[in-house]
Amino acid sequence: MIALQSEPFEPGALLTRFAKGRSETGAVATFTGIARAEQGETRILELEAYPGFTEAEIGKIADEARRRWRLDDLLIVHRVGQIAPGEPIVFVATASGHRREAFEACDFLMDYLKSRAPFWKKEHGPAGARWIEPRPEDYADAARWDAEQETP
Amino acid sequence: MARVLLFGPLRDLAGWRERDLDPPPASIAELKQRLAAEDARLGEALSGKGVQVALDQQIVRGDAQLSARSEVAFLPPMSGG
Repeated sequence: MIALQSEPFEPGALLTRFAKGRSETGAVATFTGIARAEQGETRILELEAYPGFTEAEIGKIADEARRRWRLDDLLIVHRVGQIAPGEPIVFVATASGHRREAFEACDFLMDYLKSRAPFWKKEHGPAGARWIEPRPEDYADAARWDAEQETP
Repeated sequence: MARVLLFGPLRDLAGWRERDLDPPPASIAELKQRLAAEDARLGEALSGKGVQVALDQQIVRGDAQLSARSEVAFLPPMSGG
């Protein structure tokens, strides 16, 4: 399931609900991203999505994860709107028969979300507001999976 | 009436996020011309590097015809989450 929401979420509650009632899954991996204060440089993070389009684009990468790994299920919850430092901004959970596939799929989904997902991010700080683009490391992290796919 | 949506820095540059154009432009090219005639800086930015265009939530490359109910979104480079 993929959900965008402006309300804060509680990662523990999402994990409890996601893991419940899975007697054959064996492994659930999760990642929680938390908005950074950047030593006071960021007071508020503003995240804009294109409703409908953003979910559909994330859905394509979720389908790609399902093709690459044997997943029983996955969950992506992403905040939009105004986010304060310390608040969770993204939660990804993957469920699989074994841990390796759950870990890798979770890692893959996060690399995609950080570099290519249709969001526009603005940092509001003491010196004003600025739009942020992915860091070179974010692109490099995402490119790891491209290289892997080309290997026979 | 065609709907135009701007995201990210384009929204700040234009000072609006969403507009309905009536009568609707016949094509994306005409839509851009119409917006550029009102605001030259915005016109330039809409054709800027890395700006993608979505027609009814599908990315289109080059020009495309619009209908009265088209939704055209200008998507500057995405920042990721």
